Amino acid sequence: MSRIQARFEALRKNGRKGLIPYITAGDPHPSLTVPLMRALVEAGADILELGVPFSDPMADGPVIQRSGERALKHGVGLADVLGMVGEFRKQDPDTPVVLMGYANPIEAMGIETFVAGAKAAQVDGVIVVDYPPEECAQFAALAKEQGIDPIFLLAPTSTDLRIEQVARAGSGYLYYVSLRGVTGAASLDLADVAAHIPGIRAATKLPIGVGFGIRDAESARRVAQTADAVVIGSRVIQEIEAAGAEHAVARVKELLRPIRAALDT
Amino acid sequence: MQMYDLPDARGHFGPYGGVFVAETLTRALEELREAYERARKDPEFQAEFQYELKHYVGRPSPIYHAKRLSEKYGGAQIYIKREDLNHTGAHKINNTIGQAMLARSMNKPRVIAETGAGMHGVAAATVAARYGMECVVYMGTEDVKRQSANVYRMKLLGAKVVPVESGSKTLKDALNEAMRDWVTNVENTFYIIGTVAGPHPYPMMVRDFQSVIGEECLRQMPELAGRQPDAVIACVGGGSNAMGIFYPYIPMEQVRLIGVEAAGEGLATGRHAASLCAGKPGVLHGNRTYLLQDANGQIRDTHSISAGLDYPGVGPEHAWLKDSGRAEYVAATDDEALKAFHELCRCEGIIPALESAHAVAHAMKIAPGMPREAILLVNLSGRGDKDMHTVAERSGIRF
Repeated sequence: MSRIQARFEALRKNGRKGLIPYITAGDPHPSLTVPLMRALVEAGADILELGVPFSDPMADGPVIQRSGERALKHGVGLADVLGMVGEFRKQDPDTPVVLMGYANPIEAMGIETFVAGAKAAQVDGVIVVDYPPEECAQFAALAKEQGIDPIFLLAPTSTDLRIEQVARAGSGYLYYVSLRGVTGAASLDLADVAAHIPGIRAATKLPIGVGFGIRDAESARRVAQTADAVVIGSRVIQEIEAAGAEHAVARVKELLRPIRAALDT
Repeated sequence: MQMYDLPDARGHFGPYGGVFVAETLTRALEELREAYERARKDPEFQAEFQYELKHYVGRPSPIYHAKRLSEKYGGAQIYIKREDLNHTGAHKINNTIGQAMLARSMNKPRVIAETGAGMHGVAAATVAARYGMECVVYMGTEDVKRQSANVYRMKLLGAKVVPVESGSKTLKDALNEAMRDWVTNVENTFYIIGTVAGPHPYPMMVRDFQSVIGEECLRQMPELAGRQPDAVIACVGGGSNAMGIFYPYIPMEQVRLIGVEAAGEGLATGRHAASLCAGKPGVLHGNRTYLLQDANGQIRDTHSISAGLDYPGVGPEHAWLKDSGRAEYVAATDDEALKAFHELCRCEGIIPALESAHAVAHAMKIAPGMPREAILLVNLSGRGDKDMHTVAERSGIRF
C-alpha cells in the first residue's frame, strides 16, 4: 500500500480529515525547506505538497509566483528538490510527500530519470499542473510502475465524462480546484464545493482533496465537511513571505495549528 | 508529398502541439474547439470573414516586385507580400477579426489578449472597438517602455492595457498573465491569442485565419511573375505570419519555405530568441514545441531588437515542419535586421517592421548567390512606424 493510501485509510479509520499544506521548495531559502516541512508535520500536516519552482507558473497567482521567483534566485532546480525530499525522508519515514509543478522541468530532466530519482528520494505522488491525463499517459504509467501516484486536478467546469476520465487516470487522491481562477484567489465558493463533491464521489473511490482559496480554520472546516482533505497553499506562502527566513518555521506552525484543531472538532 | 492534414483531433503536429493546460481550462478549450468547428463549416461565418477582410482590412494585400533592391544585390528577384498595408499595419488583424467573430458567436462580451510589440494588442483593441466588446491587453512592462506609441493606440481604441511585472516582463509573461485572467473569467471572456502557439485549437485556428496570406500569394504570383516563387521567406517569433504564408505552399514541394528567427546579438552569445535554431523541445503555454531553456527546464530570457520576435517558444507546427524537413529555419541578427530595415527604406521607400526586416535580411543574404530568374517571396508582415524610436536610438538620435 502506498504511503498516501495508508495515510488516507488511517484518517478514515479515525474519522479525521486530512490537512495538506503546500510550500515551494527553496523558498525563502533552500536550507529552510526541510525544516519547514518538518514544522508543517509537527503542526499537524498529514501530507506535504512541495512545489517545484518554474519560471512560468501559468496556473499560479502572485503569491506562489513570487515564492517561485525567490526559489529560482537560489538556483533551485528539480534535482535539488529531489535532494530535499531525500533529506526529509531521513528524518520522517512516514509522511507522504507530493511534488507539484509544471511539465517542462520534468521533461528537461527526462521523464525516466525523473521517475527513478523520485522513487529513490521516496516521493509519493506527483501533480503536474499542465499534464492533463491524455497528454501524459506514458509518464503516468511510469510513475505508477514505481509506486508514485499521479495526482490529477478537477475543476468546477469539469463535466461528468471528464471526471470519469480523470478519476481513471489518477491514483492517490484527486485534487478538486475549488474555484475558477489561479492559486491564492480571494473567494472560495463553499456552495460550489458542496455541490460538486458528490458528483466526483459517484465516479471514484479515490479520496478527494480540495484546494485553491482556503485561507483559515473556518474555511478549512467547512470544506472538510464534504472533502477528505483540504489543501492550503498560498496562505502558507504568505505567512513565510511575511515572516522572512528567521521566523518562517515558527510562523507556519502558528498558522497551521488552529486549522488542524478546526478540522479535528 | 502525402496529403498534409495536421493537426490530429487533439491538436498534435507529430510530437508537438497538444493541450498542456491545467484542468481549469479544459472545458473552455473544448467549447472553443466546438465553436470553431461550427464556424469552419458555416458558410455565413466564412462569408462574413471574407467580407471583413476585404472591406475592413483592405485585402487582398498586393505583392510588390522590389526591383531596385533585387538589382542592388544582383541575384534572385525579391517580391514582397505587403501585409504592412493592412488596416492597423500588420498581418495580426486577419486573426483578430476571425477570433472576435468567434467570441461574438460564443456570446463572450469581453476579450483579452497578450502583446509583445503591441501589434497584436492594437489589432485586438481594434476589432474589440469594431464589435463593441470590452478589451483588456496584457503587456510586459519592458515592452510597454519600448512600444509606448502602441500602448497609446490601444488606449485610444478603448482597450485597457495592463502592464505585467512578473518574470522577464516581456511577451511570455504577458501570455502567462492573460492565461490567468482567462482561467478566472472564463464564463464571459474570450482569449484572443495572437500567434500560432498555445493549446489546441489555437495553433490550427490562428493558422487558418492567417492562411489568407498564402492563399492570395498562390493566385498573385502567377499573375505577377508568371509562376510560383522558388522560396517563401518569413520571420518567425511565435510564427503566425510565417504559418499564414507557408501553409498553402506546404503541398508544393518545389517551393522552399524559410523561417527567419531573431539571432539578436548572435546565436553564440546566448542573447537571442531563436528557439528553432538553438532550443530544444519542451512544454510551455499549453503546447509542446521548441523552447529556449536552461538545463533545469526553466525558460530563458530572450533578446531581440524586435519585441515581436522576443519569445522563447514557437508555434508547434513550425517545430513539426522543422523536424520533417519541409521548412528550413535560419536566424538573422539585430544588426542584419537593421541593415535590411534601412535598405528597404532607401531602395524601395518602404519602412518595414523590425520583425519583418529579419525576413528581408535573409533574402538579401541568399539572393546574390541565386540566378536572376530565381524568385524569392518575402512576407513583409508589418510596417515600421512603431519602431521609429528603437531605430533612432540605435542610430544615436533623440527626438
